[in-house]
Amino acid sequence: MSIENQAAPTTPAGRTGDGAPANLTHGAGASVTMPPRGPEPQPRGAIIRGNHPIDQQEAARRFMAAPQHLAMHDQRLWDLRQKRDKQKDTIEEWEDLRQLASDIKTHTLTHLDTYLEQFERNAKANGVIVHWAKDADEHNRIAVDILKSKNAKRLIKSKSMLTEECGFREYAGDQGIDVVETDLGERIQQLDDEAPSHVVVPAVHKLRTDVAEVFARTLGSDPNDSDVSYLTEQQREHTRPLILTADAGMTGCNFAVAETGSVVVCTNEGNADLSANTTGLHIVSMGIEKIIPNLNSLAVFVRMLSRSALGSPITQYTSHFRGPRRGAEMHIIIVDNGRTDRLGLEKFWTSLKCIRCGACMNTCPVFRRSGGLSYGATYAGPIGLIIDPTFNRHKYSTLPFSSTMNGSCTNVCPVKINIHEQIADWRQVLAENHEIPAFKKSMMKAAGALLASPRLYRASLPMADSALRHIPRFMLYNRMNTWTRGREMPSVPKETFHQWFKRTRGKDGKKKS
Amino acid sequence: MRVGLFVPCYVDAFHPEVGQATLELLERFGCDVDYPFDQTCCGQPMTNTGCHKESKATEELFVRNFKDFDYIVGPSGSCVNHVRNNFDAVEQTDEVKHVREHTYELVEFLHDVLKVDAFPWAEFPHKVTLHNNCNALRGLNIASMTELREKKFSKPRDLLSKVKGLELVDITRPDECCGFGGTFSVFEEATSARMGQDKARDQAKSGAEYVTSSDSSCMMHQEGCARRLGLPTKYIHIAQILNGARA
Repeated sequence: MSIENQAAPTTPAGRTGDGAPANLTHGAGASVTMPPRGPEPQPRGAIIRGNHPIDQQEAARRFMAAPQHLAMHDQRLWDLRQKRDKQKDTIEEWEDLRQLASDIKTHTLTHLDTYLEQFERNAKANGVIVHWAKDADEHNRIAVDILKSKNAKRLIKSKSMLTEECGFREYAGDQGIDVVETDLGERIQQLDDEAPSHVVVPAVHKLRTDVAEVFARTLGSDPNDSDVSYLTEQQREHTRPLILTADAGMTGCNFAVAETGSVVVCTNEGNADLSANTTGLHIVSMGIEKIIPNLNSLAVFVRMLSRSALGSPITQYTSHFRGPRRGAEMHIIIVDNGRTDRLGLEKFWTSLKCIRCGACMNTCPVFRRSGGLSYGATYAGPIGLIIDPTFNRHKYSTLPFSSTMNGSCTNVCPVKINIHEQIADWRQVLAENHEIPAFKKSMMKAAGALLASPRLYRASLPMADSALRHIPRFMLYNRMNTWTRGREMPSVPKETFHQWFKRTRGKDGKKKS
Repeated sequence: MRVGLFVPCYVDAFHPEVGQATLELLERFGCDVDYPFDQTCCGQPMTNTGCHKESKATEELFVRNFKDFDYIVGPSGSCVNHVRNNFDAVEQTDEVKHVREHTYELVEFLHDVLKVDAFPWAEFPHKVTLHNNCNALRGLNIASMTELREKKFSKPRDLLSKVKGLELVDITRPDECCGFGGTFSVFEEATSARMGQDKARDQAKSGAEYVTSSDSSCMMHQEGCARRLGLPTKYIHIAQILNGARA
């Protein structure tokens, strides 16, 4: 994660308006529109109300009401998508690679038992201590037990979506363990007590001025200095000592290679190496779906991961952790947390192929305009829409509707998950299991009845001479006309096609001469 | 060749001129076109919302209306994509399969089935930008997609290149969804409108006087957004241009 490329706000405080002398902005006669005072506050994510379904649209509306954030977020992620396209164009066999990556994942997911056991055998032979956790609680307990057994008080860790999924940081904190994130973006999010908004660029929704505010509040830096070098240095000065005096390290796992028993972590900051090697204890959190058969298959994924994610040929660091350093200890916690259940879902199991590149988020026009935190779930964006309901069908029942199902996500997915089709499938599952709002369901029932009857359908169409020149009910579905909040209504023609045809062609359909 | 003219509900209600142009165009090429009077909709609004059972009767009606035609042609990629690729609420009888396999979006029908090589009557001396509906693009594959590494092609461009005087201009994000998304446009109104406004701004920036598309639904949304923003861009269905509309 880098904050260097983030656009500066277009109307920062103090910048003068059109043509007025800098010293006269407040002066008599200097009639200019004043820019907003101070930086635009960061819009926050979805409001979580226990188990109530997430209102993504409400959070998205707040995000879109912050023009600087919206413009920066959309442009930054669109840039990533464009860089990804350029990288794709440099590789002649790109589409073959996607197919190959997808096939390798199909193969391993359908032979998980074999490969996981092979992995465990080889990891143990390398001197690694392997643990199995069936869910988040067990993962958290195992990790904290290891830490306590070593009397570890401070844990440095690199970014891991699995630990986010498990709520590990909070759990460890409650158990008296000070967790320090070593990925810059993730550290920003930790300091701001906010979840990552994106799987690869966790603070991408923040402007530099937001980071300055967070650092001022938590590190005591100058709130008015949003210079990138300054901010980075402040963070470094503050966090380095914590890292160097830590007692234990933790990393996630991008790929677990069965034939070697090694875990591979890809970072751009080298912070996985820092987390793994600074102390004498390295704990790896690994989801069972991270397994791949061998180094040859790893080569396929390494070619795709960063190209898809950031549009760079490869991450700065691709670190292979094979076993503990001399005198050190290495643990791997292999976590299920709902994955085998997901594997059993006929329409949705291929979502386990995901390598967390975030390409679907970068290309998603809804994600770019609403920010990852608007989804109120660990996994945001298109992949989130199809994974989150497997964790909690009710709470995340609204998410599959936060999509136009345009299919761009499916096209950029390096492992060819049919994301937009699964979004459609989730809608069906949710509708059939009474997990969509009753008003929506009854509207659809009414629309279905109307559209199945030519007579009712004809009667519902607006008449040109009607006092109510409004969109027909079958398209609007409700009395509150949401259409016109951001758009004009289409004008209603004098006659429908049907009427025109009847008038000019007659019922036999032949042209009247 | 007996062609059933499929006029999607919103075309029927809001853009009868698109249905007329489609009909006339098909007749110009010698198709024996009939318009089944009892047609309503393809069922997409319900299916898109997850309510497959609720769209079953509508899909059955569609099949009853169109089962006897050699081809079914409609000026909407989105609806045609629904019929061809998502018509799953009905039992898959031979009739249903026939309808699914023989329903074409107008552009692909002209391009692939009739293999039209000229529109001698068509002249449109304007700067035009093309909008491909996401279902037409990624579902029916009427053009190559920017996300994929594939040979560039575009059926609507091929057709438009045969129109005298027409100059095609590009926008900066050609494949980006405009946010219509069927019921998305109503249920997720804010995001939908924002996406549409961004699209309309992109189109206006391109210098195009007209936007054309083989889908009226996207354009209805985009035009509504453009009007709200006070942009001068005009919207016209590709059927009208190919049928010789002048402006």
